[in-house]
Amino acid sequence: MTVELPPGLALQKVDERIMTLNVGPQHPGSGHMRIIVQIDGDYIVACDPDPGYVHRGEEKMAEYRNYITNIPHLERPVIHDSCNVLYPYVLGAEELLGIEVPERAKYVRVIASELNRCIYIMYWLAIYGIFLGHSTMFMWPAGDRELLIDLMEKMTGARVTHAHFVPGGVRNDLPPNFEDVCLRQVNYFEKRIKEYAAVFYDNPILISRTRDTGILSRQDAIRYGTTGSVLRASGVDYDLRVKEPYDVYDELDVHTNVMKEGDSYARSRIPWLDMMESCNIIRQALQKMPKSGSVRVKLKPNPKTKGLESVYKRVESGRGSLGCYIVSDAKTEPYRVKLSVPSFRNLIALPNLLRGEKLGNMPSVYWSLNYWPVEADR
Amino acid sequence: MSVIAPNFKLSEFIKSLLDNVFWIIFIVVLIGLPAIMMVLFVIEMPVIDGELLTPFLALTWIADPSRILPIVKAFMATDIFRVMAFPGFGFAALIAAGTIFIERKMLAKLQLRVGPFYCGKLEGILQLMGDGLKLISKEIIIPAKADKPIFWAAPVLFVATAAAFVAFIPVAPGWVVADVEMGLLGVFAVIGFFPIITILSAWSANSKFPFIGGIRALFQMVSFEIPLILSLLGVVMLTGSLNLSEIAASQSSFPWIVFLPVGAIVFFITMLAELERIPFDLPEAESEIVAGWLTELSGMMYGLVQLGTYLKLYAFAGLFVVLFLGGWNGPMIVPPFPAELLEKGIEMGPIVAGPFPGLPLFTQEMLNGTLWFVLKTVGVIFFILLPRGVFPRIRVDMLLNLGWTKLIGLAFINIFIALGLLYAGVLGPGGLQ
Repeated sequence: MTVELPPGLALQKVDERIMTLNVGPQHPGSGHMRIIVQIDGDYIVACDPDPGYVHRGEEKMAEYRNYITNIPHLERPVIHDSCNVLYPYVLGAEELLGIEVPERAKYVRVIASELNRCIYIMYWLAIYGIFLGHSTMFMWPAGDRELLIDLMEKMTGARVTHAHFVPGGVRNDLPPNFEDVCLRQVNYFEKRIKEYAAVFYDNPILISRTRDTGILSRQDAIRYGTTGSVLRASGVDYDLRVKEPYDVYDELDVHTNVMKEGDSYARSRIPWLDMMESCNIIRQALQKMPKSGSVRVKLKPNPKTKGLESVYKRVESGRGSLGCYIVSDAKTEPYRVKLSVPSFRNLIALPNLLRGEKLGNMPSVYWSLNYWPVEADR
Repeated sequence: MSVIAPNFKLSEFIKSLLDNVFWIIFIVVLIGLPAIMMVLFVIEMPVIDGELLTPFLALTWIADPSRILPIVKAFMATDIFRVMAFPGFGFAALIAAGTIFIERKMLAKLQLRVGPFYCGKLEGILQLMGDGLKLISKEIIIPAKADKPIFWAAPVLFVATAAAFVAFIPVAPGWVVADVEMGLLGVFAVIGFFPIITILSAWSANSKFPFIGGIRALFQMVSFEIPLILSLLGVVMLTGSLNLSEIAASQSSFPWIVFLPVGAIVFFITMLAELERIPFDLPEAESEIVAGWLTELSGMMYGLVQLGTYLKLYAFAGLFVVLFLGGWNGPMIVPPFPAELLEKGIEMGPIVAGPFPGLPLFTQEMLNGTLWFVLKTVGVIFFILLPRGVFPRIRVDMLLNLGWTKLIGLAFINIFIALGLLYAGVLGPGGLQ
């Protein structure tokens, strides 16, 4: 008896030796997606990632809300990185509505965005640790994340979904004495993540497991269109904070971390280096920030754009370059909002990286791509 | 006020307890006592020491140490006590339960969290009981295409094999369930059963992830059995015996780990692999193959496999202690039994209790040996648990490479060290020459 499968799922039986595994969506090693893996013994011969289980139509929903009410729901794709995922939309809306942002608000945005990047990377690192069977590396980042979440709570009033950036600045000014608390917490946080190297990154078993696995060459990394830590781990010096500085990043000294190996180890080490860099940026921004001033331009209740025009803005998020394309037609709602997300672009490399690898390398290669299923599905 | 049950009221609780007590007394008085009287009416009671045994007399004898102590002593000399309670299953299960609790609390402290906390008044000490109740009350789901008899039998066989392993471990001088001459060979035979049971369970589930996990477990156990056996040959050469009690007794002046550290290290690493503990927990690697060969086991079947795993852990730790750390040998720290208690009894004001001719129940050597054995075993178990907080999981090819090349080579080096010690005349069968 043969069962007719939909064309996307039909896997022709090449050989009796080949076994098809459905990794996900109800599998501890997949996230909200499915990876159809064909294995021959312990080797993966083919891999077919199948995202789309958490598609929520965020882009369509954005067409029915005005520019202000879009804010709390456009950050939903990555709630752990909510400031960064909202950043390009806010920058674009400001250009469409013709708003000039106060200087202090730009610094507050940079601080919030870097704190959020650390929060996201800590969450990612926790899952990377448990995927490799290292339960301490799951618990430590999950606990130390609370330091920065508390800071964000002081700053915005919400622990995870902040909805802090608005066209024209940020929602609230910083609370009193925030600079001292922030500096203290960030310094402690940096000391803490340096300890992760001893227990995780310099662990000989981890190095022997992830070195020389899933190698993505420089040419392939550019050809597949990967971004962020995946691209920088393959030796491409590309960081939007340096190449296309937005807000006040051009006034800050941002160092780009690049590694040449392009293997899972480099891809997992780059986010950790990025966290160190974020701590540096936060310290610089706290120093250079104007001590007083407005953080928000007063907007009309229901702002309208001028006419049929479009804008594309992109920022460096925790996973890579995140773009937002907004088309407006002189109404209070945008005509079209399109998010160009880094997760989906990084996922394209997965089948090529996994082919020929051992099954035991699947979790480390998959999660080192800095992939967030909810963001890819939107 | 409890955190878990905010509506808990002590008065209500006591009231419900009293209700239960009332009904128990009611039923016992109405049904139990008449039934006992009717049975006594029919049965002719025996006459012991010139006294007719009545139920009341039997009750007074339980409180009389001169009558009850010999019975207890005779019971403790029987095989059923050894198998069920002290060096056998009960003792091992107690240590296994303690191990689970210590593992969870220790790992929690390492990872900056609290661990089991609410179940039981003291630091979640009743958590294991709660987990057990949960597992018992869960539905057992058998896959539709499973080979049902084998699938059912595998967890039971696993526990039975682990319990058979425990039987070989001598806890104190003379306190061992199976004191056989070929003890170590018996241990190897029992260890050889585990991969068979694992692959039976995995294959009979007729599912992909258990199958891959079972194959991995088979690879791992079979390839690590060879260095395991080779690493113990040094001890056997120096002792000249396969009897585990004799091996333990031969280390009265020094443990073998002093002369054979390489063998001890090889045995420890192979032990981790045989126990499927991190970093060698490939058969249960959750991010790759869900729960490995345990994926389709549900409810108490899973609970039985876990019980067997921890019994096995205790048995391996005990084996390490007996072979390398000197077993029960250690300084005498248990005080001798007070002699006047045997002759005069205890004087408490006007009342004199005793003398107790049946005491002591256990000899001083046995208590001291058990104490040292338990202390050393707990230490070894601690080192078995520790890698779980520090290491990630390794890969199959790295595992096989480690087993077949490095560990076997080290085991041979260990054998040559033992041979050198033997021929140089430093050591011979039975200890220092």
